[in-house]
Formats: sequence, structure tokens, C-alpha cells
Amino acid sequence: MKIFVCVKQVPGVAEVKIDPKTNTLVREGVLSVINPNDRNAIELALTLKEKHGAEVLVLSMGPPQAEEILREALAMGADKGFLLTDRAFAGADTLATSYTLSLAIKKILNESNSEEKYLVICGAQAIDGDTGQVPPELAEELGIPQIAYVLSIELNGDKIVAERKFRAVEIVVIETKLPALISVLTDINKPRYPSMIGIMKAHDDSKIICFDADALNADKSKIGLNGSSTEVWKIFAPERKGNRVILRGTLEEIVQQLCQNLRDDKII
Amino acid sequence: MSIIIDDELCTGCGSCVDSCPFGAIELENDKAKILPACNLCGACVEICPVEAIKLERDGNKSKKIDFSQFKGVWVIAEHYKSKILNVAFQLLGKGRELSDSLGVNLTLVILGANFDEKLGDFSQYGMDEIIYVESPVLKDYYSDLYVKVISELIVEHKPEIILIGATPTGRDFAPRIAKRLNAGLTADCTGLDINPETKNLLQTRPTFGGNIMATIRTPSSRPQMATVRPGIFKAPIPVEKEVSIRKIEYSFKEKDTVSKIVKIINTSKIKVNLEDAKIIVAGGRGVGSKDNFKLLEDLANVLGAELGGSRITVELNWLDPERQIGQTGVTVSPKLYIACGISGAIQHIVGMENSHIIVAINKDPDAPIFNFAHYGIIGNLHEIIPILIEEIKRINLNKE
Repeated sequence: MKIFVCVKQVPGVAEVKIDPKTNTLVREGVLSVINPNDRNAIELALTLKEKHGAEVLVLSMGPPQAEEILREALAMGADKGFLLTDRAFAGADTLATSYTLSLAIKKILNESNSEEKYLVICGAQAIDGDTGQVPPELAEELGIPQIAYVLSIELNGDKIVAERKFRAVEIVVIETKLPALISVLTDINKPRYPSMIGIMKAHDDSKIICFDADALNADKSKIGLNGSSTEVWKIFAPERKGNRVILRGTLEEIVQQLCQNLRDDKII
Repeated sequence: MSIIIDDELCTGCGSCVDSCPFGAIELENDKAKILPACNLCGACVEICPVEAIKLERDGNKSKKIDFSQFKGVWVIAEHYKSKILNVAFQLLGKGRELSDSLGVNLTLVILGANFDEKLGDFSQYGMDEIIYVESPVLKDYYSDLYVKVISELIVEHKPEIILIGATPTGRDFAPRIAKRLNAGLTADCTGLDINPETKNLLQTRPTFGGNIMATIRTPSSRPQMATVRPGIFKAPIPVEKEVSIRKIEYSFKEKDTVSKIVKIINTSKIKVNLEDAKIIVAGGRGVGSKDNFKLLEDLANVLGAELGGSRITVELNWLDPERQIGQTGVTVSPKLYIACGISGAIQHIVGMENSHIIVAINKDPDAPIFNFAHYGIIGNLHEIIPILIEEIKRINLNKE
């Protein structure tokens, strides 16, 4: 079995902000990391490999420096990393991203010349864009069933039984067949740290394979900005809704002021 | 497609360097230079004071489609245990605004079973038309069936805008439909407007963990799809209105779905209704212990409020999971939200920032929660809340 894991390099978001005065972005000491939720996807793939035997192939679309996160995935125990990088991929929305990822998966499957089943695992969403749209779109592009927001999974032959978050307090148990795609929530597991041996192995350059648009034989009208139906029109700092009135005085005075305000607002 | 800097115009002012979310512009010999990390987001194009940066699309951008064929605003309903979820009604409120400004019909789409008798009652939410697809199988949610039926309906009726609740269900089927139809989809919108000139839908959403707002448009494809979290928009004031009902009976074949629902597990031990609560008292790490939550419960009781908390309080087992508010819990918008000992991580903020009045009690004056609060109290909640409880009791007595 092949397990494909899709990962994204993201900036540590807490540091990316807009200066409300100048309306420009502030990026003090922003580090690029593996999207935290994608670590859960890698962990699940490695757990399934240990239990059932599988080849864990990690894919990332991004600029050349996204190689760093593939090395980290290798250090955790993945077998190979695939970097999809090309200027032509830039500006991709989720439609173009899922198309590009699907091409790489199809290419790897075609070249492996086997009828073996496969599973695709994604983190449910990325902390920067936070859309959660790529996993279902990728499943659609591959023409396979999906189970999104997975909390646990059992694999038995080509049968998958997964618990999926359904409502705040409800879980639905779904059964489907491989090949399939699942997207996982952070609650599913606790990602492992890279081992020393893993870190040494991750330096093996033969384990990282790069694909550009030509290697994937990509339709130029379906990748990058050209292949995107949505585009960013403008960005701005969020409006702070609070009026930041800090109530001061003795505790009794503060409580009096608060209750008076709430009565004026007809809340109590 | 490419991004081009005109070296003749560039003054090397560096505005673009500061504006780039990806850190992909450098100054080289006093001229801006784009680095490989560029994601073509266009943030620099707008910021450049001398218009030296241009974002050019190739001519072979996907084939032009005839927009005039696409008319109408759709809201896709989600239901559970034979009840339509409130988010659909909230979307009808916003949908009415959008359809009025475009001068088109507003349609509610329901895929379900045994809704016939209820359809008439929905007219009070102001739609012009209901499309009701009925099949016993649609009593439950199946990803592939929703995708199949809704995609077919869209191809047939060609709505220009489709609004869907950003629930675990909506976020499951919406992207798959968008992919099948090559439609633009924007997740978790907090603002929806029509551009008066182009008639395009402008979709505003938080990004980078809520630190940045982005307005997204879909200039070259239809329909324009958006998901919206529950509690972002308000359900409309009920109206009396005629509604036309179009019922479609659908029979599925076994091969239409490869997935099966094995069972639904309710993990809830208690019944909580945070989404409809008028007042919520919520606690965070600063509450300190499970026992201390008793104090918040007392405050909630005198206010007639529901009790909630941030993710950490659930993780520490201070609070039941169904009371979790925020990104991975519920989204709420009560009249009054009292945040006690909550620092205000963005994951929590997105779940409560639409509350009408927010009161924050925290001993850290730099806690981000104060940026969102209408009334902030810097101090120890264990000292303040008992006094607040007594004062509210007094007010309640005076009312009687």
C-alpha cells in the first residue's frame, strides 16, 4: 500500500500581523514550519505503516525552501519526499493546488506500475489560509471517496472505518473502501519527534524528488494564478470591535460601572 | 502569469518589501526584486506608490463564460434530526440583501426526507423559492450524494451565488462541488457584499489566524461559492411572503455512494445550548481549577446565562466538551459575553467576537482579549466575580 501525505509549509502565524497605522504587514522573525495539523497526518501514516506495512510518500507544493519540511517528514520516518515547485504554481488557490497535487499522485502511481491500493492523508486545514478545502478538492480530482475531519481510523484490507467529527458533540462512524482520502484533526494523535537516526537519514538527497510543471505534464490553464477561480482583491487589518474601555477604581466601583453600562445597553 | 517590476518607475522606497506576506521582495541596488517565495497575491501591487509593480495574467486564462446565464442566490440548508440548522436561516438574511442588490431570486435548497409539511413555514425567512430534493436516503448526510445532487442542480439552474454553512458537513461537500464545477469557493466568510460596478461577490474572510482580513473575488468563473460559520450573520425578521416550492423526487442507485454510515455516536453527557444563549459566562485557564468554575456557574445562574469555556479548560477536564467555544468548538454571538481569565487566543476569539457586548476580566493588562472587549476589567476574577454576583442579585431583587 502507498500512503500519500500532503503537507504545507506555513509561516508561524502568530507573528504575521498588519500594522493598523500604516496598513502594512509586520513579519518580525517569522519562521516557516510544517503546518501543525499536517504533522498529525504524517504521524497517522507512520502508525499505519508500522501496523500494516506501507510506503509513506510525503508531497508538498511550494517554493524551493519547502524542501525543509520534507526533510523533517523524512526525519520523522517517511520514505520519500516530493517537492512540487515551479514559478508557474505560484498564486494557486485551492482548485489549482488540488489539481497540481493530484497530478503528482497520479504520476507516482503510474510509474509504480502496480495495482496496489492507496490512501491519501491530509491535515484538515492549514493555519495560514485555514480553508480546509484542498482535501475534498483533491479527492474529487482523484475520483476517490473522502472522509473529512477524522478523529480515528481502522484499516482492514481495503476497508476503512473512520470516526468523523460531525457536530460539536457528535461523531459519525463511516465505512468506505480504498483508494480513499481522509483529512485528520489534531485530536487524532500526538505527532512524534524526529529521531537521531531519522535526522541522519533525512540528509539522503535521493529521497527528495522535485517535480516542476513540465515533469507533471500540467495543463498551464489549471495551475497557479491562471488556474485559480478566486483571487485576493485586497488585504487589510481587522477592525477591532471592542471599544477598549478599561473600567478603573475600587472593585466595588468597577462592578457598579459595569452594571450601569450593561443596564444602559439594556442587557441586564 | 507573472509579476513585473518596472525598474524605471521603482524608487526603491521599500513599501512593497513591508507589504509582502511571504517575505518575497528584497531591495537590490535600490530596486525591488521578487524572490522565488512570491505567491502572486498582489499585496505589493496595491501598496506601490508609483505603480511600478504589475501582475499580468496570461491570455489563456480559462475560457470566458457567459455570466448573464447565471442568475439567483442560493442557500443550501443542512439538517439534523429533521430540523434545519439555524445557519441556513442566517444565510437567508444575508442572501436576501445580496439578491435584492442584484435584483434576482433567493432560493433555499433542501436535500432531505419528510420536509413537505414544514416547507410552508420556511417562507417567513424571506426566500422566493424552495427547491426540495426528496429521498429517504437523504435523511442522513452522505458526502457523495450531496455532491452529485447539488452539482446537477447547479448545472441545470445556474445560480450566480451559493451560500453554505461552514459546518463540518458544509465544509465537506462544498469544496468537492466547487472542484467538480470549477467554481471559486471562499471559506469562512465574515463579510459578503456585491461590487456595485462589476456585480461580483466580494468575500471577506480572516486569514493568517485572524491577524489579516482578505477580500476575495471570483472574476472569471461562476457560480461564486462561499461558506459562512454559524453565528456570523443574523437570521432575518420573519415576514409574510409567498414562496414557490419545487419538489424533486430522487431515487439513488447503490453505486452512487461507496461510503456507508455505520453509526452516529453522541458524545454529549448534558444538554447545552450555547448557540442560542442570550448571555454566556466563559472561563479560561485563569479560572485556575475545576472547583473554581463553581464561581462562574454561580454568576451564570444569577444572570440566567449559559456556561462556556476556552479549549484549554476542556482539555484540563474543568468543563464538559460541549461547552467549548472557539475554532474547534462552537461559534456564539450572545447579547453579552463575559470572558473570565481568558487571554484571547485567536482560536477562541473567532468563536465569540460577534457577541454584542464583550466583558473581559483578566489580571494581565496586556491580554489580547482586551482588544476585543467593550468593557475590560483588569484584576483578579476571584475577587471581582463575588461582588458582581451580589450586585446582580440586588438588581434582580429591585426588578421584582
